[in-house]
Amino acid sequence: MAEVQFRFRDDEPVADPAVTVDSFAAQSNAAAVRLEPGDDAALLIPHLERLRLVEVAFPVWTDGRGYSSARTLREAGYTGELRAVGDVLIDQLGQMRRCGFDSFAPEHELDADDAAASFARWDNVYQATGDGRKPIWALRHPA
Amino acid sequence: MKIVTASDLRTGAVVWWTGSDWSLHVEDAADAGDHADAIIAREQGAQKVCDGQVIEGTRDENGVRPAHIKDRIRALGPTVRPDLTLKPADPDAGNWVI
Amino acid sequence: MYQYDKYDQAMVDARVDEFRDQVARRLAGDITEDQFKPLRLKNGLYLQLHAYMLRVAVPYGTLSGSQMRLLGDIADKYDRGYGHFTTRQNIQYNWIKLEDAPDILADLASVEMHAIQTSGNCIRNISSDQYAGAAADELVDPRPYAELLRQWSSFHPEFLALPRKFKIAVIASETDRAAMLLHDIGIRIVRNDAGEIGAAFYVGGGMGRTPMIAPLIRDFVPLDQLITYAEACLRVYNRHGRRDNKYKARIKILVHEMGKAEYTRQVEAEFAHLLSQDIEPPLAELARIKAQFADPAYETGLADEIDLADPAFARWVASNTHAHKAPGYAIAVVSLKPVGGIPGDASADQIRLMADLARDYSFDELRVTHAQNIVYPHVRKADLFTLWQTLDAAGLATANLDQIGDIIACPGLDYCSLANARSIPVAQKISERFAANGKAEDIGELKLKISGCINACGHHHAGHIGILGVDRKGTENYQLLLGGSEGADCSLGTITGPGFGEDGIVDAVEKATDVYLARRESGERFLDTYRRIGMQPFKEAIYAKESVDG
Repeated sequence: MAEVQFRFRDDEPVADPAVTVDSFAAQSNAAAVRLEPGDDAALLIPHLERLRLVEVAFPVWTDGRGYSSARTLREAGYTGELRAVGDVLIDQLGQMRRCGFDSFAPEHELDADDAAASFARWDNVYQATGDGRKPIWALRHPA
Repeated sequence: MKIVTASDLRTGAVVWWTGSDWSLHVEDAADAGDHADAIIAREQGAQKVCDGQVIEGTRDENGVRPAHIKDRIRALGPTVRPDLTLKPADPDAGNWVI
Repeated sequence: MYQYDKYDQAMVDARVDEFRDQVARRLAGDITEDQFKPLRLKNGLYLQLHAYMLRVAVPYGTLSGSQMRLLGDIADKYDRGYGHFTTRQNIQYNWIKLEDAPDILADLASVEMHAIQTSGNCIRNISSDQYAGAAADELVDPRPYAELLRQWSSFHPEFLALPRKFKIAVIASETDRAAMLLHDIGIRIVRNDAGEIGAAFYVGGGMGRTPMIAPLIRDFVPLDQLITYAEACLRVYNRHGRRDNKYKARIKILVHEMGKAEYTRQVEAEFAHLLSQDIEPPLAELARIKAQFADPAYETGLADEIDLADPAFARWVASNTHAHKAPGYAIAVVSLKPVGGIPGDASADQIRLMADLARDYSFDELRVTHAQNIVYPHVRKADLFTLWQTLDAAGLATANLDQIGDIIACPGLDYCSLANARSIPVAQKISERFAANGKAEDIGELKLKISGCINACGHHHAGHIGILGVDRKGTENYQLLLGGSEGADCSLGTITGPGFGEDGIVDAVEKATDVYLARRESGERFLDTYRRIGMQPFKEAIYAKESVDG
C-alpha cells in the first residue's frame, strides 16, 4: 500500500484499511472506504457520519472521475480525510487539493520541493470549488 | 529496411537514426534491423528524442524511400511550401513524395 | 474588448512559470514524455509532422491590433515567418521549438494572450460570432458571456482530465455564424416571453467520426445561473463520458447513448444540487465584463453611400462587407484565401499590416472567423476604399467571402500527423479551377470544406460541398459529400459515392456546381437546389462515364 506522502490535516490518520464501496454498505463499523473511478460517490452520502477516511483511486491520472467524486463528497458535507491514491503526480497536486483532497498517497514518491511548488503555484483561483478559497470574482466584488 | 525515426526533443525536428547518430536527412538513415526498439528506448531515455518510431523503407541507387506517403512528407517537408522543405531548390521533390 | 485586471494577468504569468518549470523538468528527465505530453497539450503545444506546433488562443475570436502585431512578431522571432488561422478562431505556428515555448508564452502574456487549454482533454477555446458587437441582428453581444465562461473554464480543477476535448460556442442571434449546433455545448443567448435574457443550452453536437447536431437540453437558463448550469453539464460528462474508447469519448456519444431525456434529467438533478453551493459569480461580475464590451465611440453624421465606380472595389464591397448596426459603418472581411493560396495562412508582414489597419480603420479591433478569415468589425464606409486598396496590395482583398473560392481546409497531411491525405493541394486546385472558369461569382454562396482525415478539423460534414481525404492503400483518395450546413438550418453532408484521386475530386466538384447552375431556380443557393432536387442528379453527373471519341 502506498504511503501518505502529503497530509493537510491535524487529526490522527485513520489506521483502518479502506474497504470497497460494496463491502462498506455491509459493514456497519467500517470507517474507511475506497472509491474506484467508476464508483458512485453519492452512495456514501447517507454514511458520512461514520466515515473518517475516503480513498479515491487514480489508476491513471488522466481518468479524472475522482475529481468529481471528491467534490461530491465535500459538497455533501464530508469533513473526514479525503485521500488521492495511485497515479498521483506533481502537476495534479494543486487541482486535487482544490477538489477537496487533503492527503496524497502517490504510487511513486514525489520530490518534496516540486510538490511544494505545485501546491503553492496559484495565488488566486477563478472558480469556487468548496475548498474555502475565495474565487477571483468574489475578490472583485466584495460583499 | 527498418528505419528508426523520431523528433528531436528540444527542437521538434524530424530526425533519422544513421547507425551512430541522428540526422535531419532521410538519406542518412540506416537499417536498424532488430535493434530498433533498443535504440529508441536508449535515445528517449537520454532525453535526446521523443516519439520514436520504426518505419518501413527501401534503399536503392536513388536513396532511401520511406514506404508510406506520410513518412515521405515527414522526410521532405510540407509539399505546399517547397521553400520550407529540406530541398527548396529541387522542383521534383514534391513528386518524390507521391 | 476585455482587458485583464491584475488577477487575470497574474494567472497567465503563473501559468508561464508553471510551464517553464514543466519544460525544465522534462528536459532534465524528471518526467517522462507520457507524463509531459498532456501538460504541454494544455498549453497548446503539439508534436506534429515536422516540428512542434503551438496553438495560441484567440478568445471568442477577438483581438486587438497590438495583440495581432505580436502574433506577427512571434512568427518571425520563433517560427518561419507565417501563421495559420484555424477553424476555431485560433492561430497556429508550425515550426516551434520546445525550448522556446516558455519564452513564447511569456511574450504572449505581455499582451494578455496565452495558449491555455487550446489542446488536451479539457475545455477548449470558447468560440463566438465573428460579427459580435457589430451586427444588427444580435440580441446582445455574446462575448461577455463567452468571457465569463472562459474564466470559469480556465484551470477548472474538476475538468482538467475529461474523457476528451470539450468545445463551447456562444451566440446571441437567430442566424448562427459560429456553427453552434456542432459543438459539445452550444449556447444561444435568448429573451423569454417575460422579456428576460437567458441562455438556451444545446449539448452533444460535434463532427469527427460520428457527426451529430446538438439537441436542445434547456431552453432557458437565467443569466444568474449560467455558470452553475454549465458546471452541471460538465460534471455529468466527466462522471459518465466513455473512457474506454477514444473515438466514443465525446459528450455527443454520451447524450446519444444515454438519450437526451436521461442526460437532461441528470443535469437538472446536478444543477439543482449545485445551486446550493455558491459557485455562481454575482451579476456584478457579468456587468463588469459587459462594460468592457461597450460600443466604440462611433462617429455620427457619416456618409452612408459608398462610391462603387471602381468595379474591383465594388465586387469586394458586394461580397466581403456586411451591414453594421451603426449608420455610416460596415463590417469588412479580409480573405485569407487568395486564388491558389493556402487557406488561413498569413505571413508575418501580412499579420502586422492587418494589425496596423485595425488601428487605423477599426478601433484597433479584429476578429478571426471559424472560416479562417479576418474581420474588421467597425469600419467607416468612407474608409472602405482606402482599406481595400491597402489590403489588395498585400494580397488580402480576394472578393470571395462564402463563395467556392473561400475554402475552409485543415492543414492536412502536409503538416498534420493525424492526417490521411493532403488537403491544401486540393484546395489550391479547386481555387484555381474556379478562378479560371469564371463561374464562382455566378454560383454565389457555396461553403466548401476540406478535411484531411476523419477528425474533421476542416468541418467537411458541414460543407455545402465537403471533401474528406482518406488513405486508400497508401494512396491519397478523396470522398465527396453534399448538402451539409453549419448554420441554424444545420445538416450533415451525404457522401456521393466512390472516392476520387486529386484531379478527379476537382472535376467532381465542378460537375456538381454545373448541375446546380443548370437546375437552380430563382434565388436558390447551391445548398437550396441540392435540398430540393436531392442527390440523384448530382450523382448521375459526377459518375457519368465520359464518352470516348474515336
